[in-house]
Amino acid sequence: MDLLANLALGFSVALSPYTLFLAVCGCFLGTIIGALPGLGPSNGVAILIPITFTLGLDATSALVLMTSVYYGAMYGGRISSILLNIPGDEPALMTTLDGYPMAKQGRAGDALVLSGVASFVGALLATIGLMLLAPTLARVAFLFGPAEYFALYLLAFCTLGGMASNNQAKAAIAACIGLGIATIGVDSSSGLPRLTGGNLHLFDGVDFLVAIVGLFAIAEVFFFIESHGLGSSIGVKLEKVTIPWKDIFETKWTMLRSSGVGFIAGILPGAGASLGSFLAYMTEKAIAGEKGGFGTGVPKGVAAPEAGNNAAAGGALVPMLTLGVPGSGTTAVLLALLMTLNITPGPTLFTERPEVVWGLIASLLIANFVLLLMNVPMVKIFVKVLMVPAWILLPGVTMISFVGIFSLSGSFFDLLLMVAFGVLGYFLRKLDVPTVPVILGILLGGNMEDALRRAMTLSDGEVSYLFSSPIATGLWIAAIVGFVAPMFLRKILKKPQAITD
Amino acid sequence: MPSDRIFGLITLITAVAYLAAATQIQTNMFSGEYLPKLFPLLIGGVAAVCSFVILFKPDPDPDWPASRTWIAMGIAVLVLAIYSVLLKPLGFLAPTAIAAGILSFQISPRAGPAALAGLGLSLGLFVLFKYALGLGNIVAYRIPTAAKLWEAISILIPFVGH
Repeated sequence: MDLLANLALGFSVALSPYTLFLAVCGCFLGTIIGALPGLGPSNGVAILIPITFTLGLDATSALVLMTSVYYGAMYGGRISSILLNIPGDEPALMTTLDGYPMAKQGRAGDALVLSGVASFVGALLATIGLMLLAPTLARVAFLFGPAEYFALYLLAFCTLGGMASNNQAKAAIAACIGLGIATIGVDSSSGLPRLTGGNLHLFDGVDFLVAIVGLFAIAEVFFFIESHGLGSSIGVKLEKVTIPWKDIFETKWTMLRSSGVGFIAGILPGAGASLGSFLAYMTEKAIAGEKGGFGTGVPKGVAAPEAGNNAAAGGALVPMLTLGVPGSGTTAVLLALLMTLNITPGPTLFTERPEVVWGLIASLLIANFVLLLMNVPMVKIFVKVLMVPAWILLPGVTMISFVGIFSLSGSFFDLLLMVAFGVLGYFLRKLDVPTVPVILGILLGGNMEDALRRAMTLSDGEVSYLFSSPIATGLWIAAIVGFVAPMFLRKILKKPQAITD
Repeated sequence: MPSDRIFGLITLITAVAYLAAATQIQTNMFSGEYLPKLFPLLIGGVAAVCSFVILFKPDPDPDWPASRTWIAMGIAVLVLAIYSVLLKPLGFLAPTAIAAGILSFQISPRAGPAALAGLGLSLGLFVLFKYALGLGNIVAYRIPTAAKLWEAISILIPFVGH
């Protein structure tokens, strides 16, 4: 068995006492990051990347630590959704729909444990799916030439813009902003600076970490200033926490179905976790029908989005590892991490550096079990974290961001740029322009342009080469459908609105 | 409606400026005449088209904050900008305490707790970064000369700094 041998290799890398310790630390930290309102997974991982970098960890350790934080944050996001009705990030929105009503009925403990178990099931099944599917897809990915890669990047931007936003034009503009920023710097083929405006600091290009931390973390400060830190006190009481065996048993099919739906949604490049939790919730709602009582605080309504969300997080790793195209905002940040560690995702990763891939998969499995063990008995400790008032939390996060970015280059320019990105992020989010395409654009712009250039060089400037192979044509069609179809489906598949008190 | 039209106009102007800059990209014999320009021109073109769509099909306005909040956010941006340039010449402790304190005050306007939050965060984070995480390039404090201080601040003043 190839798979078992590979897994054994992975565990031999990831199961040393030191990496286990890192995994536990990462899970703990991640859950706290996820639980804190306004600090989602992408945020938390982004702030920690520069700091891990300066700690001088080797690639595997850093990867284990950060993936634990990533999965931990996915788990933690449900705590603020259920107790505060504040989703920590976009995919957690669906959990508030039934989680918060359930908590108000005095079943906060049950909801937290149930969602923890659902997260575990979703993430575990998705990790298994990743193990089975990724090597196969990696083999297919060898067929990809520059034309196919260009179409694939396009597909990622189109589905991201099409499904994850309310306005196609705004999503496309966001992608253009990101791609435009990515073109700044010294050009790879001519060696001459492009679009720098003569500013020496821009010759190196704009570091995506600066953009990520600015757009996510610094922008959050402005939102808290706007709301004056209101809405972050706990409205519901958490009594004794027991394990609701009955609910867990009754929702077993829901969890399995939602994991499947979430995993498939996660694999689509660009679609990501938001779509996973959304589709999982809507599917279960349709199956349960009117009598299901979705939206009033039923266990199934809590289990479905959580399983879907976490399964999508695992599924999003499939395109990220095999093709280098992330499936969601948070995987984009993980891709950034891999790039900082000088690991280039893609089909060759599976053959050339199997210890990294399988070490990562093994650490995901480990993180999952650690998180389940940590989240059920220790949920009360994490709830305490929510008591940290915003007027301490936000300045703290800001200062940590500054130190992190400062430690990258030690230059004031990156810090000023980060503040500028924070302001940009505030306005973009206010105007309902999604910020994830901006990040993805900065991250993938260089690769996308390289693919286009190589295609143009190979074909001697013949544009039709971009559509020449069946795979490329298929991807182009998928990209166009993914961008256009949601305009018509939006009326049918209306996003449920967050409930208010 | 108006905010989306303003946004569309800004992105349109940016896109046109970007396109103009893209046509001016320097090339040489290694890169060929059009390859370094192709991708920027494509992006600029798509951005311009999208700007028109936003201009002519604007979404409803978001709830903009009141003018007092704008002032608070403006102060926050200014504080963060000044903090960015002073972090190096003044070291970590003093700028962080002041910046964190002011930010805290902008979120919840109570002077006492805000000052405590600033001091506590500054000391706590310094110990965490310097001793627990071993980030070597953080310095507790520096006493700069007036010239150095002016050099740092002048970065923020357009046309004076560098």
